[in-house]
Amino acid sequence: MNSIQKNRLKDQLFKFWGIACTLAGLVLLVIFIGGILVDGLSRIDWAFITDLPSRKAEKSGIWTPLMGSVWVLILTALISFPISVAAGVYLEEYAKKNRLSALLEINISNLAGVPSIIYGLLGLEVFVRIMHLGASVLAGALTLSLLILPIIIVATREAIKAVPNSIREASYALGASKWQTIWNQVLPASSGGILTGVILALSRAIGETAPLIVVGALAYVPFAPKGPLDQFSVLPIQIFNWISRPQQGFIDNAAAAIIILLFITFIMNGIAVYFRNKWQKKLQ
Amino acid sequence: MAKKITVIMNTIMTEKSEAAKIEALIDEKYKLQTKDVNVFYGDFQAIKEVSMNIKPNTITAFIGPSGCGKSTFLRLFNRMNDYIEGFRVEGKIKIDDDNIYKKKIQLEQLRKEVGMVFQKPNPFPKSIFENVAYGLKIQGIKDKKLINERVEKALLQADLWNEVKADLNKSALTLSGGQQQRLCIARTLAVEPSIILMDEPTSALDPISTSKIEELIHHLKEIYTIIIVTHNMQQASRISDYTAFFYMGELIEFDKTKKIFTNPEKKRTENYITGRFG
Repeated sequence: MNSIQKNRLKDQLFKFWGIACTLAGLVLLVIFIGGILVDGLSRIDWAFITDLPSRKAEKSGIWTPLMGSVWVLILTALISFPISVAAGVYLEEYAKKNRLSALLEINISNLAGVPSIIYGLLGLEVFVRIMHLGASVLAGALTLSLLILPIIIVATREAIKAVPNSIREASYALGASKWQTIWNQVLPASSGGILTGVILALSRAIGETAPLIVVGALAYVPFAPKGPLDQFSVLPIQIFNWISRPQQGFIDNAAAAIIILLFITFIMNGIAVYFRNKWQKKLQ
Repeated sequence: MAKKITVIMNTIMTEKSEAAKIEALIDEKYKLQTKDVNVFYGDFQAIKEVSMNIKPNTITAFIGPSGCGKSTFLRLFNRMNDYIEGFRVEGKIKIDDDNIYKKKIQLEQLRKEVGMVFQKPNPFPKSIFENVAYGLKIQGIKDKKLINERVEKALLQADLWNEVKADLNKSALTLSGGQQQRLCIARTLAVEPSIILMDEPTSALDPISTSKIEELIHHLKEIYTIIIVTHNMQQASRISDYTAFFYMGELIEFDKTKKIFTNPEKKRTENYITGRFG
């Protein structure tokens, strides 16, 4: 075997190793989703979505945790979106590049890596106890907002960085103020990227369990929340609750709820991808 | 400053018969004046002791090798260098006898008076109409009829109207490079400045688009004072009345274009324009 053949062989070996590695993750995911579909798909019908929880597996539905998740999601979006986009705009467009802003930057990146249960403990102390919000939807949404703030801030900054400087110059040269330039040119041009970040962050928030358990989301809530100060549960907690029951009926319920949760996150990620593609086209 | 000149400019634009009289009146004065201007970026000195006076309704070309400071000097007049970190300027820069680097100056007002066209066409990722109307909208002008009129007038002046009038709502990014650059000129004209700065406006364009824009610049001289930075010697000699040759941040020679290109005072200028260096 000469050296050319040896190199070809190495080439082929690495290629197949790469394919195997790529497939390993995918195959596991397919097996997992397949298993869940087999267990849960037959359980999903309209009644499963609209029924309240029950002691009997076949009569139980996901209405209360689903509505809890929707409430938390909407409030989290309303709280985190304006704060983090404003912070991102400030850091990118206004903040002078000095030690203080570098320090802020590093810490925001660090915050993105803090385990979510820590945010739960912070939420418990600040929102539930000090602010007396109790184990409410609002306390949960505030906690999740803290959790996803750094993610949206980083996404906003990346999106704003991608706006070509020539557009800012053109705007300034026509007599626009800084705010007019940001509002009329920079934000519209970066909106796709910002929205992508927001949606991806929210789809992470909807799957979070640990911080909400700490804040006091309940495993069993008889009714769906009607306001931001009501008690609540969310889908992941309901799933956890069902899966820890011995009866097969509840295991099937959990599988069905997982399908719904995955469906929601896939839809949200799909929307995010759509915005990203549209945005990239617009800037080219 | 601005009000008076706007009034004068409007008069020139609307009443051609009056134009000569008023021109004669302001001809005595220089439109732009600089005296002993130094520019620094941190420790680096980009412009050294440059003094120059520019008459109204003339085209002045800035030439010189890359990095000679001509773009930096151009950008002093609408204060676009302010955004560069470490930028510092010394000396006097006056427009219509008004110091534009004084503390109280309003940048927005200055830039309404001094428009700019950039090297690469940089239309906003919006419709043709919105591109041209942007400068008016940010001034708070809401009168739709006025905006429509000014947009049409600016597009006509920029010789783009006939090509785009069918669909003004089309995205500006669908236009060709040459059309985009004329759109950028129209966008600048819509604000009705009195000075237009052009930073190598044709360097990214093909020869046909370039000649169109040169022709356009020639017509615009009647209403505006134009300064153009160019790397193209032929372009400078074709379109400008005055030429300034910069080298290493210094103004080597500034004179009538004819003189610079036929009988320059300095050896260095001659070497540059004959292509022996740079």
